[in-house]
Formats: sequence, C-alpha cells, structure tokens
Amino acid sequence: MKNNGIQLITNGKRLDGRTARDMRSIKITPNVVKNAAGSASIEWGNNKIIAAVHGPTEALPRHTANPDRAVVKCRYMMAPFSSSEEHGRAGMNRRAVEISKVTAEVFENVILLDQFPGTEISIYVEVLQSDGGTRAAGITCASVALALSGIPMKDLPYAVSVGKVGNDLILDLDKIEDNYSEADMPVAILPRTNSIVLLQMDGAMTKEQFKEGLAMVIESGKEISRIQKEAIRAAYQEPEKEKAHM
Amino acid sequence: MRTITNEFMRERIAAGIRNTKRGNMSYRKVIVNTGNLPNAEGSAEAIIGDTKVIAGIKVDASTPMPDTPEEGNLTTSAELLPMASESYDVGPPTPESVEFARVVDRGIRHGNIIDMSRLFIEAEKVWGIYLDLYVINYDGNLFDAGTLAAMAALATTRMPRFEDGKVIRDASMKRMQTGNIVTSCTFAKVLDKMLLDPDSAEESIAKARVTIANDGNELHAMQKGMGGSFSPAEINELISATFESSKELRGIIKKSIGD
Repeated sequence: MKNNGIQLITNGKRLDGRTARDMRSIKITPNVVKNAAGSASIEWGNNKIIAAVHGPTEALPRHTANPDRAVVKCRYMMAPFSSSEEHGRAGMNRRAVEISKVTAEVFENVILLDQFPGTEISIYVEVLQSDGGTRAAGITCASVALALSGIPMKDLPYAVSVGKVGNDLILDLDKIEDNYSEADMPVAILPRTNSIVLLQMDGAMTKEQFKEGLAMVIESGKEISRIQKEAIRAAYQEPEKEKAHM
Repeated sequence: MRTITNEFMRERIAAGIRNTKRGNMSYRKVIVNTGNLPNAEGSAEAIIGDTKVIAGIKVDASTPMPDTPEEGNLTTSAELLPMASESYDVGPPTPESVEFARVVDRGIRHGNIIDMSRLFIEAEKVWGIYLDLYVINYDGNLFDAGTLAAMAALATTRMPRFEDGKVIRDASMKRMQTGNIVTSCTFAKVLDKMLLDPDSAEESIAKARVTIANDGNELHAMQKGMGGSFSPAEINELISATFESSKELRGIIKKSIGD
C-alpha cells in the first residue's frame, strides 16, 4: 500500500479543501508562443504548462514520413525547475518518453491526418511547474493549441485523472494525492462521443470503482470542455480597445 | 524570396530604417516579470519584443568543486525549446544553446552577483545554484533576454535551509543576498551599421554580433559571434553605448525585483 499514514480525506474534505468531485481551478490562455502555428498555456491548480503546435511540415527524417497521412510527433518534457523539490535532470527520462507517446496517440485520433500526407505535426508540451496531473493538463492544453493552429480536428479532447483514497474516488489528483493514493487513473476523452483516447491506471480498483471513476471523468469533462472552448473563442475576440474604433 | 527580403532589409538599414521603425541604438519593448513559478526557488520571464525567455532557479545541497571546497557553485543550462522557432530541433544541446548558456553564465558569475563563499554549508557540502534558461519564443537577441531573466530570477531567489541532513523548502525561506545588477547589450553589425537588440531577421543578415555585459561600473563579459569582425573603434563605441543603454535595463530589473 502506498498510503503510509497521510490522511488525504478528513470529514469529506481533501487536504486543499476540495470535495471528492471538485477539480482544481483551470485557466487557459491562448496564443502564447508567436512562432508556433497554435499555442496555449494552462494553469491547472499549481500546474503551469505551455503547449505549442508546429506544422504540418515535411516529415523529417524522411523514413518517419507516411505517404498516406501526417504523422503526429509529441514531446512532453518537465523543466528542471518545475518541481517544488530538488533540481530535476534536463532532458527526457523514460516517463517523459512514455507520456509523449500516449499524448501523440490521443491526437492521432482527432486530427484529419489523411489531408496532409508525408508531413509531420509536432506537439510540444513543456511543463514549467508541476503539481500532479501534468499529462492530463498537457493534453487539455495541447487540444486548444491544436485547434488554434487551424489543423482540422474531429473533436477537442480533454483529460483529467481520477484516483482512490480508502474506498473513496477522488477527481483530479494533486501531487500529494498522487503520491499517497491507492490508485491513479488519467483518462482522455473525445467529448462528442465519449470515446476513451487515453487510459492509464496504477494501483488497485474494483470493476465498480472503475465505472464510477470514468463517470466522474465524463461529468467533469463538461466543465473542462467549456473552459477549452472559451479560450479558443477568446483568441478570436478583438480586444476591447479596437472594438471602440469600429 | 528570402534573398529579395534580405536585400530589401539591407537597403532599408543602409537608409537608417529598421523593421520595427526604431532607432539603431534602441531596444524593442522590454518586460521583466518575477516569481511566476513558485515551485522554483527563483523565477523570472524576460520579454524583448517577441523574444521570450524564462529563467528558473533551483537551490540544492551539492558537493563543492575540488578547487573551491568552501564555495557554492552555479550551474547554468539552456534549452532552445523546439516550440520557440522552426529552426530549433529536439535533441541534445546544440552549439548555439551551449554558447547562450555560457555567455549568460559568464556575465552572472563574473558580475559578483552571488557571493559564493556564503553558500558553504559544511565540509563537503555547499549550496548549488541551478540556473535553467528556457527559450519559449525566439525573435533574436537571446543573450540580453537570458541575462535579464537570469538576473531577475537570482535576485528574487529564496534560500532553502539545511537541517539534519535535509534540504528544507518552506514559506519561511528568505531571499538570497545578491550584489550587483548585471545586464548585457547585444549589437549586430549589418553593412556598416550597428544595431542594438537585433531581431531574428536582422540577426539573419548580420555579419557579426557582439554581446557586452556590465554592472554600470565595469565590464563583466563579452562575446563576439558570427563570421564577421569589428574594428577596435567600433568596439569602443559599442562599450560606451552599452553603459548608456544598460541604465534603462537596470531600471527594469530593479522594478521587477521590487528594489
């Protein structure tokens, strides 16, 4: 058991005062990297992440190109200063390689890849500050960046994690909860069909708990999707000052 | 296409007109914000025009360098993030990113910003200051943006404590003492004109580039880059221009660190 004495839930309240089904606050800012085709930053609780999309460009090296469709390349990386603890190693570790892979696979599901044969679409997720749930926040933010790049997509994926403390399921684990909970399950969903495009789990969960956890993810998705769409809309709204001139 | 644009830019610069309609010795808009990333012991973002660089500082217990057993150490690294420019790639550090980190490091290290002897903890244990520079968007003049971000982040760095063999990071951390404020000014030579704060288009047609770091009294680091050359008279002129322009930069740093 991972839980070694830290009481994560007291009288129905979590350490930061949330109830089991409360998410942390989420704020998405569009267009933060001028040189990218599309970009956004997200503040999800204490997580701060920038996602940017480049492409479609010629797939390089050439052997990675697919003559029938675009290939999606993703790099998720944590900054060496992103943790509240020690200085991290620069560069990709095995965890980052795995998260990059599953994130790329999320977006392979939604991009109309056959419109761009022989090209690559690069998605960069840079975690500047981490507090648990960075892969979910990164996917949610990269969705907005991809939409702003104008690359046609079938849907706007979002992601959030659900975990287990004792017999209670909790939504959107922060770092302490992630470290001490009995289970952690990040999920990414395509909201139009509720298709699951990312699913990872570690720890221990019953069949019923999985079902309930997934329902919590989909329920919270309404709010996450709303915030994503609001950020995209904001990118196309003219600043107040310019409006006054019209 | 590129050739035509470059030729046009050269003609305009010869006539004294820059892309952004500013004077040859003026900066684009410079913004420095500090403390955006509270997980880091120090953090700052420097924006010059469309160039954006973040500096993050972590402070860890580490082992001293063999030649300075009673002094702390500073480790500077830089990431030219692939999102920042089409010309940056994923992969190991490029000569460009290594030069960037080393030039910023030199200004900071030799500007006596940090008193390394105060970073001694106990025998074989000193504080290591890790300065990481993250280029978020590239539009020329990384060096000045990097130095601004590094300087502001260091000046607002809070020191952890070392107790019972552990590094303690908590709300009671106090700011690290810093001394001078060092800034750098970078010039590009296009035709025979000197351009302060070159943007990426200007850098792409420049023959030579020079970066000069100072603290208002003395020079602390210089780096000449690219294939071309400068005459001694030109460098002397640029040193004077640096002392003049760095006043404005020092003011921006002071404001950002609440000094």
